[in-house]
Amino acid sequence: MTQLAQRMERRDVLERLANHVTNEIVVSTYSSATDWLALTDRTLNHFSFGAMGLASSHALGLALAFPDRRVVVLDGDGSLLMNLGTLVTIAAAAPRNLTHFVCQNGSYEANGGVPLPHDHVDFEGVARSAGISSAMTISDLETFERRIERLLVEDGPHFACLKVAQGPLSKRNYKDMYSAERRNAFRDALREGRDDGPRRHSPVER
Amino acid sequence: MTMTNSQAATGSLNAGGPSGLSGQKVISAIESANISYVLSVPDLHTSAGLLQPMANQPGLRIVRVCKEDECFGIAAGLSFASKRALILIQYTGLLYAANAIRAISVEQQMPTCIMVGLLGKEPGIPPNQSGRMGVRFVEPLLQTMGIRHHLIETDDDIGIIAPEVEAAYADPHPVAFLIGRRPA
Repeated sequence: MTQLAQRMERRDVLERLANHVTNEIVVSTYSSATDWLALTDRTLNHFSFGAMGLASSHALGLALAFPDRRVVVLDGDGSLLMNLGTLVTIAAAAPRNLTHFVCQNGSYEANGGVPLPHDHVDFEGVARSAGISSAMTISDLETFERRIERLLVEDGPHFACLKVAQGPLSKRNYKDMYSAERRNAFRDALREGRDDGPRRHSPVER
Repeated sequence: MTMTNSQAATGSLNAGGPSGLSGQKVISAIESANISYVLSVPDLHTSAGLLQPMANQPGLRIVRVCKEDECFGIAAGLSFASKRALILIQYTGLLYAANAIRAISVEQQMPTCIMVGLLGKEPGIPPNQSGRMGVRFVEPLLQTMGIRHHLIETDDDIGIIAPEVEAAYADPHPVAFLIGRRPA
């Protein structure tokens, strides 16, 4: 089986991630965000919508602002392609507490499943060339399980391209994810130094 | 006023002074507003007078980004820890980043302080009367998005910077300072 042929279900890999997340800030966008929210609705989730590509920039700001707290970003390949320079910016700023996951499924899934201009981008190679030395590609759940602890604990910045299959999409509620109430709760939790656990954590409906 | 060739070459008409703009005074105003991060794509208009001296200020951390819209995400992230950032870009970058500004600064009401170099704007001429088409677009764009903005063209204009930064963070909203003359 070629590396390209082997892909994980995004929900499976996010479910594994959710099992390891405790007090981390998780910044997510579009399809990853809807799946992540369906898995674990927590105050320390932050959603990046409206300016596609900027989830990692939000995450960089948060990582610089809260150097003692791990910041995880759940990006998409279409989103990252809209802001590839972010990898160079992150490498230069070098936040030790930033872990950047990119779900690569070769499509603008949230925009109708339209293919990307090119499906074979070597994001690990791009990240490495940008100056992020801890860069990797993961295409099976066993490898993800083996590496996740290190990615969440050890000094970074880390970059991991997750090879995933397309959809199905979880139910989207952008109004909720985009709401001022969520941002205010997120801000308050951070200012008060709270380590919120999940409000809800359930398997995603298939 | 007619600019001589030697003045044009040295930019001496842009020097700080009675009718000029002092980069150091602008930086002092920024520091007095408790800004600790400067997020920037270099701009010929402000690089020598602002960005380069800012890099030597111990209280300011420069984050060099690749494209202007990154600045708005980074500034938003920093604001969750009440860390204040100045976004220092050229007007072309402002035009490029319009969607990020719309989403993050306007719709999500994140505190955002933008300093925009109006490269090529003629000193003493209002931005909307500049011979540069892109410069003429700046104020209408900001007005359309409801963003407060101030022309900073002489030392007399600098006093508005610190209170407007304070206001942007006290009641979260974006504010833009338009650098109309090359700081010396």
